[in-house]
Amino acid sequence: MSTADPYFDFLCRMGDNTLILGHRVSEWCGHSPVLEEDIALANIALDLIGQTQMWLGLAAEVEGKGRTADDLAMLRDVWDFRSALIVEQPNGDFGQTLMRQFLFDTWHLLMLQGLTKSCEPRVAEIAAKAVKEVMYHVERSGDTVIGLGDGTEESHTKIQAALDLMWPYVGELFTPDAVDEAMLAAGIAPDLTEMRKTFEAQVSAVMAEATLTIPDSRFAHKGGKSGFQHTEHLGHLLTNMQWLQRAYPGANW
Amino acid sequence: MYAQMIKSEATQDDPEKLAAFQVRIDAGDKIEPKDWMPEGYRKTLIRQIGQHAHSEIVGQLPEGNWITRAPTLERKAILLAKVQDEAGHGLYLYCAAETLGVTRDELTEMLLDGRMKYSSIFNYPTLTWADMGAVGWLVDGAAIMNQVPLQRTSFGPYSRAMIRICKEESFHQRQGYDIMMKMANGTEAQKRMAQDALNRMWFPSLMMFGPSDAESVHSEQSMSWKIKMNGNDELRQKFVDQTVPQAEFLGLTVPDPDLKWNETKGGYDFTGPDWDEFFDVLRGNGPCNKERLAARNKAWDDGAWVRDGLMAHAEKKRAAKLAAE
Repeated sequence: MSTADPYFDFLCRMGDNTLILGHRVSEWCGHSPVLEEDIALANIALDLIGQTQMWLGLAAEVEGKGRTADDLAMLRDVWDFRSALIVEQPNGDFGQTLMRQFLFDTWHLLMLQGLTKSCEPRVAEIAAKAVKEVMYHVERSGDTVIGLGDGTEESHTKIQAALDLMWPYVGELFTPDAVDEAMLAAGIAPDLTEMRKTFEAQVSAVMAEATLTIPDSRFAHKGGKSGFQHTEHLGHLLTNMQWLQRAYPGANW
Repeated sequence: MYAQMIKSEATQDDPEKLAAFQVRIDAGDKIEPKDWMPEGYRKTLIRQIGQHAHSEIVGQLPEGNWITRAPTLERKAILLAKVQDEAGHGLYLYCAAETLGVTRDELTEMLLDGRMKYSSIFNYPTLTWADMGAVGWLVDGAAIMNQVPLQRTSFGPYSRAMIRICKEESFHQRQGYDIMMKMANGTEAQKRMAQDALNRMWFPSLMMFGPSDAESVHSEQSMSWKIKMNGNDELRQKFVDQTVPQAEFLGLTVPDPDLKWNETKGGYDFTGPDWDEFFDVLRGNGPCNKERLAARNKAWDDGAWVRDGLMAHAEKKRAAKLAAE
């Protein structure tokens, strides 16, 4: 399912994850449970969109076909997106949004920390910028998961349900495929299998404090990062996100 | 102007204290939360700052309407940053209001059940991308016109909030104008969107300054307390005089056939907005009143379990910390 150049695919994975999650988080604007959350969610979406500009900008350069980051974001269809399935999951209630965020953030931080040591200097540079933002994201989403898990009975029930719902989307982030293996072999990206061990330790610690139970299953949906089979949700998200560029081709905004 | 039609509250305080208070105001002193102040001053300010804060919060909705559809990554980032600023303004303003002895939750409940208002402008829809330009250019432009003088308002926390807010608002206005420039110099469809946005937003923007001074019976007390710094008509005139040349530069037509430069007064003669429409919007009959309030109520109701959960956790932590000491 991958294009000929695994490096291009890998950069699209990074940029598509931040783009799609940034979009999802931005859907909360003006609708969150408390003003501080409106501010924080907008801030996180903003960081993610900024990171998208860097990753997709580099992807477009590496591709060398004259496309821009905006072209990649606004003019590809579902099958060309390389984002993991977890980021396109609908927001659901606030608990689902925060659980999705925490699981992604924990993966994201480990990935970026690994990428700061990448043998590709441009990748290391972007990762070094993004890692500072994502350290804050994971701290905040982790604290909120703990607060809701160890809050009231209702908040505990809801955030546990969110964990049960999101957990099957974690495995894809850590299951290496040909692109991941090529990136590891080239010294561009870290070893996902190693990363998973740290992820499990970190997530277990937060869930214990949150009094939440991680589902006893390693079942993992897949098909997002390869582009083979996204969920039905991504098409609707793109319809919304890409509408102006599609309806008025060639206009300068 | 984010706070419209604020009635000054009657005050029944000791005349000597009132006179001394007025001397401080006239001398340009800043009144701080712990200082003595007339009850009417306190209540009027709560209404005014509260309404301003609510406007920032409800104002997220018409712009949030376009965040997911922003045409480029850069435009999306700029709009997100802007809406985040608005929410931040809401936060400073609620904090300023809280120093007057009201809680943010009390103010929020008054917004949600309709006892408090927000600016009429946010009851108009945002229908095309050009509206993101027009909101920045016209709505933030009108807001700045009112807020710049309020930096000198007599109540310290409000004045300081305004100083921070004005810095960010002028940035928003420039961003809005930048969108309008792109649209006005773009394709035929983009030009049409830009003109359409101006057509729809022009009169609602003029309404932001509130009804004519001749009909604003409550302004005088607020002016003497320096919580209102200028008359509504004066600010509206200033806004028109500033904005018309900007529209001309964009090649757009202000939707007022009677707009004409008046050499004698050194300003434009223009048609005022339809005040019947304005009062209809205030009564809840604007194009989006129901959606805006429903969205805020839903956010508040759906979020109750989150607020309760996080509060309960904070309480458990506090108790555990106390027990450990």
